[in-house]
Amino acid sequence: MEYLEFELPIKELEDQLGKCQIIGEESDVDVTETCKQIEKKLVATKKEIYKNLTPWQRVQMSRHPNRPYTLDYIKALCGDSFLELHGDRNFKDDKAMIGGLGKIGDQSYMIIGQQKGYNTKTRQYRNFGMANPEGYRKALRLMKSAEKFGIPVITLLDTPGAYPGLEAEERGQGEAIARNILEMTRLKVPIITIVIGEGASGGALGIGVGDKVLMLENTWYSVISPESCSSILWRSWEYKEQAAEALKLTANDMKKMKIVDEIIKEPLGGAHSNRDKTFLAVKNAIEKTFDELKNLSPKDLVAQRMDKYSQMGVYKG
Amino acid sequence: MAWFKRKDKGIHTSTEDKKDIPKGLWYKSPTGKIIDSEELAKNFYVSPEDGYHVRIGSKEYFEILFDDNKFKELDKDLSSKDPLKFIDTKKYPERLKAAQEKTSLTDAVRCAVGKSKGKDLVIAAMDFAFIGGSMGSVVGEKIARAADYALKNKLPFMIISKSGGARMMEAALSLMQLAKTSVKLAQLADAGLPYISLCTDPTTGGTTASFAMLGDITIAEPGALIGFAGPRIVRDTTGKELPEGFQTSEFLLEHGFLDFITLRKDLKNRVNLYIDLITNAPLRA
Repeated sequence: MEYLEFELPIKELEDQLGKCQIIGEESDVDVTETCKQIEKKLVATKKEIYKNLTPWQRVQMSRHPNRPYTLDYIKALCGDSFLELHGDRNFKDDKAMIGGLGKIGDQSYMIIGQQKGYNTKTRQYRNFGMANPEGYRKALRLMKSAEKFGIPVITLLDTPGAYPGLEAEERGQGEAIARNILEMTRLKVPIITIVIGEGASGGALGIGVGDKVLMLENTWYSVISPESCSSILWRSWEYKEQAAEALKLTANDMKKMKIVDEIIKEPLGGAHSNRDKTFLAVKNAIEKTFDELKNLSPKDLVAQRMDKYSQMGVYKG
Repeated sequence: MAWFKRKDKGIHTSTEDKKDIPKGLWYKSPTGKIIDSEELAKNFYVSPEDGYHVRIGSKEYFEILFDDNKFKELDKDLSSKDPLKFIDTKKYPERLKAAQEKTSLTDAVRCAVGKSKGKDLVIAAMDFAFIGGSMGSVVGEKIARAADYALKNKLPFMIISKSGGARMMEAALSLMQLAKTSVKLAQLADAGLPYISLCTDPTTGGTTASFAMLGDITIAEPGALIGFAGPRIVRDTTGKELPEGFQTSEFLLEHGFLDFITLRKDLKNRVNLYIDLITNAPLRA
């Protein structure tokens, strides 16, 4: 388990608890009471820390190295039924964007999401979850295929942004994202979008136009990362905390602005602290959301989605 | 001995006969060519010697595209709020006010309907001078309403992009304008109405990732910067030197993302030629 800086008091108590338990096992001293007290303090400390996370701390939680990624959710929710589908049929298979068919309960879904790696080697292989144009085009190909057969789509958002590379520009990164956004506004099957980690700008929205958009509790979604925002508006990387505040990028803020529909609660300590509980919460949210959407006709579904996005924005006059 | 000899004694020009030389009479293009401002305006704001297309705004584009510069502006009173209470080194409302005072514009896009070569055309033209042509709620809403106007009156629609991208001070609300404008373009497409996207210098970020790249035809002015990530970010991320002409109109044409590049002087004719051809209407002279 890795700890973030603000989680260090928890680490300290967990270490103490571990030592206490070892003493209890290895000697005749009765430490039950001491252990209990430490445990109590641990729970209180966790509550204290996790209930009062600042926006920047939530950003850090969303990037926690132990956090579950797209494929972890898919494995947990679909088990062996998941059939990964590759390639954009034009250029190559983007490893930062994965997709395929799988069952959740009795229902088939097309599941698409950005994928990050869990160590140096796989992080590079997955390009840190930053898709190239072919990733967005693969996603669109899979969505169109789902539409053809009336299969609902789930997209899982977890990206620090679309890859800002030379070749990505040559192959039309902007065009690929734009095309996806437009086609998703009129796709004739239900789209359920869940932000499971980082929802950075066009790179996230490129697979993020949904009938319902849900956000895990400790994730962020905005037009720019706090670091980049700091470097542009403050001309320094040092103001990321202020930028995170200013951008109103937390799940609560996003719900208030009606950009997301629902917040999925995470276990105390974050999605990674109790993975099974997280997976179950996500599964329940998907099934509940699909129930709300499944009886709508394709026409009503698209009209409702278009109407929802047409309403977004705050202005005078 | 004097170099030249004064023939008339005492030269007195009365004030009203003096030629006035106002400020900004000359324009200097990036290659160093100097041109008289009036000449420049007559030449569609293109430097005649080197063909440099000077950055212009909605006012000049309307003048170029609408017959006799006659048009009706749509939703001109929409203006920005501060939904996030956004503060960086300055408060967002202060930035807005400063931009409004500097530019005499209300926000970064103006929309209008008018005759272009005798037929109605709806145009949304962005103004880079207003906070870098950034797209926030107002830009999204005005474009959406202009598209609605085109839908209702069955008219072709044109967006002239000139923008650094989404407006950070409206954060996720700005991002959602990509989806909002795309909804309207999807509706135009479903109604069979042509949508022309003109990319001008610069067209980057959120505009490129939405309406700028979604035209039935996507065209550009010569030498414009067009891209998703700005060149500095690409260089910093990849650590590679960028090739000559990277992310220019010519680069995008070569890589298959533009239908054609048009000189500003040909813009009105070529846009209307496309409209006549795609709608199978008789060609206008």
